[in-house]
Amino acid sequence: MSPTLKVEGLRKAYGGLVVSDGIDLEVRPGEIHALIGPNGAGKTTLVSEIAGAVTPDAGRVFLEGRDITGLPPHERARLGLARSFQITAVLPRFTVLENVTIAIQGLECRRFRFLPAPALETGWCERASAIIESVGLGRRVDTLAGSLSHGEKRMLEMAIVLARAPRLLLADEPMAGAGGEETAALVALLERLKGTVPVLLIEHDMDAVFALADRISVLVYGRIIASGTAAEIRANPEVQAAYLGSDEGLVA
Amino acid sequence: MTSTRRRAGWLPLALFVVAAAWPMIAEMSGNPFWTVLASRMLIFAIAAISLDLILGYGAMVSFGQAGAVGIGAYSVGIAASHGLNEGLIVLPLAVLASGLFSLVTGFVAVRTRGVYFIMITLAFGQMIYFTATSLSAYGGDDGLTVWSRSTIFGSGILEDERVFYAFVLILLAAVWVLARLLVASPFGKVITAARQNEARVESLGFDIFAHRLAIYTISGAIAGLAGGLLANHAEFVSPAYMNWQRSGELIVMVVLGGMGTLFGPIAGALAYLGLEHVLAGFWQHWRIILGPLLILVVLRAPGGLGSFIKTRRT
Repeated sequence: MSPTLKVEGLRKAYGGLVVSDGIDLEVRPGEIHALIGPNGAGKTTLVSEIAGAVTPDAGRVFLEGRDITGLPPHERARLGLARSFQITAVLPRFTVLENVTIAIQGLECRRFRFLPAPALETGWCERASAIIESVGLGRRVDTLAGSLSHGEKRMLEMAIVLARAPRLLLADEPMAGAGGEETAALVALLERLKGTVPVLLIEHDMDAVFALADRISVLVYGRIIASGTAAEIRANPEVQAAYLGSDEGLVA
Repeated sequence: MTSTRRRAGWLPLALFVVAAAWPMIAEMSGNPFWTVLASRMLIFAIAAISLDLILGYGAMVSFGQAGAVGIGAYSVGIAASHGLNEGLIVLPLAVLASGLFSLVTGFVAVRTRGVYFIMITLAFGQMIYFTATSLSAYGGDDGLTVWSRSTIFGSGILEDERVFYAFVLILLAAVWVLARLLVASPFGKVITAARQNEARVESLGFDIFAHRLAIYTISGAIAGLAGGLLANHAEFVSPAYMNWQRSGELIVMVVLGGMGTLFGPIAGALAYLGLEHVLAGFWQHWRIILGPLLILVVLRAPGGLGSFIKTRRT
């Protein structure tokens, strides 16, 4: 099976600081591929390069076999690449419903519509409501996104991404700052996606990573130092030394 | 919230009725000049709405809006100097010319943000201003007299101040309704969303540049309509219409009335020009009074005059 996402020799430097140092990575259909690494390893830069927000100095990115290296973010999004942001990026002055509805609009409505389209918009709203319900924000549909709790914003972020019916999901620390209960809900949500939507998951929560990931890659100083199943990564001495620290170990 | 919305629903209509009766009120009170003044206010209200579309909804602070107004005015003035007077031709011409100007300049300007956007629109506005001052065939610095107002189907009915007023009022109402539909449309949603978080909106598959360029062009086209009307109103066009200070005045009108409300800028234009008229009657240094008044409004009612009338979210 050909990989959904293929990253080849990706390189990016800011001055003397090399943040992507020849990264090769694959996300296969249906798998959750976790990317872990210490702070400053270049994880978010890599996500931005894949999403198109940051232009790499060298290397190529393929989505379902298609070279998307030169495409701007919105065109990659149209090809089915969805991104959830590390720093919550819900639209604060839109309601929860509007946040999800506009995500569906971006999917369905390619040309400009300068006049209200009530029939169309009602359809989007209904689908959005169902998705909002499915992430457990049913009671908050008409709340302004800006006044949600942090955990609720994380769930909304996922609802927005799900509404895109993505071919590939780039989840940049979806659990960052979420409480225990919310983390559990997010894990359950990602588990539901498993097998249908391939996910590149960047996450610091090791319990979540080991529970979810089919494969794990470890990024340190812009290089992938190891790639494999959870068990292989746990056993890898290089990973233990470079990233996890030998004393803490990988007790999951 | 629902109750304020409902109340706000009839208010524009009530004001429209009063506005429609205005020439009668002016004449009965023995001040027919009030109609002329009111026409001018309504024309600036159209220009203020055009600016609100980009400033209030798109967070694009244009200091070149007067340039688009001026191009509309010159389109009518220049056409008139060549004997082309039909309003149904020259007014659409003004709209097209200003829209085209905005499309071309927007191609550069819309790529920038914040202060850079201000500087670039300012530069384009001043470029048009200096171009107009050097148009010696069309009066240069001195401006250009428009010898007769635009005709409608060949008839000179707009020469009557009351008819001209009604004409402007109808156009203002039309622009207001269209602008409201525009901001409520799926397109308008993208504009307001992009103002909140560009990266998010891009990640949803929207081409932000194309959207912003489109609204910038629409805004310029509406400003061109205001310009075309202004040339008719004053029966004169001059480079002074395009000066950046004029753009500044338009920003003041929008901020005074309430950004991102469409209705507020109408109130802002009326209030600003009304104050100008009253204060200038007392004292030639009337701006010394106007300045502190503006500061007071901004401090006491950051949402502008419109915030006294209704509350809006986006």
